[in-house]
Amino acid sequence: MVELKGVSLGYDSKAVLSNINLKVISGKILGIIGPNGSGKSTLIKGISRLVNLFSGRILVSGQDIRNIKREGLACLIATVPQNPILPEAFTAFEVVLMGRTPHLGLLRYEGEKDATIAWEAMNATKTQFLAERRIGELSGGERQRLVIARALTQQPKVLLLDEPTANLDIRHKIEALELVRSLCSERDLIVITALHDLNLAAQYCDWLVMLNEGQIYTEGIPQDVLTVDNIKKIYGARVCVYPHPINKLPTTLITAGGSHVQKGGNGKSQMRNTAQSTKAQNLRWPECEGFV
Amino acid sequence: MARIFSESLDRSVSEFAVPYPLRWKSRVCALVGLCGLLLLVVIFATTRGSASIPFATCLNALLSRLPFLHIASSCSEIFSMIVLDIRLPRILLAGLVGAALSVAGATYQGLFRNPLADPYLLGVASGAGLGATVAFLVPFALSWMRFGAIPLFAFVGGMGAVAIVYSVAHVGKTLPATTLILAGVALAAFLSSVTSYLMTTCNEELHGIVFWLLGGLSLTKWPEVWIVFPCVIIGIAVIYFYARPLNVMQLGEEQAQQLGINVEKVKLILLSAATLITSAAVCFTGLIGFVGIIVPHAVRLIWGPDHRFLLPLSALVGAIFLILADTLAHTLLQPTEIPVGVITAFCGAPFFLYLLRKRKGFASF
Repeated sequence: MVELKGVSLGYDSKAVLSNINLKVISGKILGIIGPNGSGKSTLIKGISRLVNLFSGRILVSGQDIRNIKREGLACLIATVPQNPILPEAFTAFEVVLMGRTPHLGLLRYEGEKDATIAWEAMNATKTQFLAERRIGELSGGERQRLVIARALTQQPKVLLLDEPTANLDIRHKIEALELVRSLCSERDLIVITALHDLNLAAQYCDWLVMLNEGQIYTEGIPQDVLTVDNIKKIYGARVCVYPHPINKLPTTLITAGGSHVQKGGNGKSQMRNTAQSTKAQNLRWPECEGFV
Repeated sequence: MARIFSESLDRSVSEFAVPYPLRWKSRVCALVGLCGLLLLVVIFATTRGSASIPFATCLNALLSRLPFLHIASSCSEIFSMIVLDIRLPRILLAGLVGAALSVAGATYQGLFRNPLADPYLLGVASGAGLGATVAFLVPFALSWMRFGAIPLFAFVGGMGAVAIVYSVAHVGKTLPATTLILAGVALAAFLSSVTSYLMTTCNEELHGIVFWLLGGLSLTKWPEVWIVFPCVIIGIAVIYFYARPLNVMQLGEEQAQQLGINVEKVKLILLSAATLITSAAVCFTGLIGFVGIIVPHAVRLIWGPDHRFLLPLSALVGAIFLILADTLAHTLLQPTEIPVGVITAFCGAPFFLYLLRKRKGFASF
């Protein structure tokens, strides 16, 4: 279990996040959403102790992370950064094997056990066929899967992801998050991920935390957090939110011209069309409900 | 060498078997092979010089000094003296300096993830240059353990310059790489301008200063070797100790920290060790350029970027390269001696361009 108790985090002397209280249990995915600059990345970095903790406590399995050495922390928590720097001349397997670093001493070379763990992580992420390729030859989606494989090689209890789907196309977005979800339930990981895409957040996260200006604005299941009012208030964007035709999870839709606002809740759609978006009059959403 | 490299690329991994033991064979072979080559080069270099001494005689003179072997020396006293007291220390110092500069270069390049980094990046060269210039100009005779003031001043200058750069660049407990490099460049410019000014004010010492700044090994005796040897060996050993953290640092400082590396500690230790071996190398030989930037790159292009192999392979290649370059420098235009830096750049640069051309579009980092 990861617990944040009254946490304030920030760079140098400036606190970016203040008074954050959270509890995450294993086998569940916690999504952190919020506009740019709301502190999503800082929260991720704070849990991996990359930024200063001004007050409060962060507990991982009951242990305060300030009392754990860096190597020990890296055995507990693995991070997939937003734009991971990868050395282009190393092979994919060498980079995944770097995940064993916290488990090895300074002069110990990787043994058969380490290679097996790395190989198994590459199996789980379907990257074994890349093993001998150099990083410089790989695509963005392949690199992302390798970074996840490296994180698994750390054999962590907690997996932190900072925008794991940034720069990926729609198929790779789905693949990356499906992978995270299956790993989360199979290995009973605690997963905390920052996400920009509200639809992905709704589909893949069990619990959402909406940050605004360094504080938790609201948290809950996706249906409660992703509402038209919340999105308008926090992001300043006017969108439509409808239940997904298949699984009823909230789906955020945007409209060019931007003046569709859903009134009322509970999925019964009422559209207010403006003169600019005449086409929308012909595309009435509830027709999709036939799919369900 | 190129063949070994292509083999290491072609190795294929079966889809299901764990790729273990790790495929290090070609690089371990290269290490062993280069050790042998270094030995051969040392022996070969002892045969070159103004007096022509046959190979067998040199080998005999060298072997007769090995402990526990009891090989009777059959060569004349004078040949034995030339080989053991004049040529051998010079060759060994060239090897040590080549190894030190190459390892320091590889370390700086790895730490800063910058292909342009060389051992003189943080002001060692300009600090040592100023120190040596001051030593030439002090009116009183200073000496330390039979050496003149020059090596001492150069060593202190080199270490001092980096210490100043470090104290300027560090912010709290962290050491931002870009600030460090820029501070190094700025301080180097400042110290060079002081050196240039001092050079314009002197007359009779000018030749000596210029000669020192160009670098050369012509005055090497055994005591120099015994001073440089422990510094370089200890420094390289410390750096090698941190070869794996250096690999992980190629992921950037943030990811390295998330993988459990104490980045600031590793940076400080590696910077100190690299500065120590660079200062030790240049204080007796002057500023030998080019070795420290090109050798690590060439090794990377041939054997890959893993620092656990890059560092020892760079040391061996750097030692062999500088011994050969120095041999050329003092035999090519006998009795005139060409500055060794001229030879290193003249022979090394075309080879490096050839490597670049051959591996076009191939990232070495």
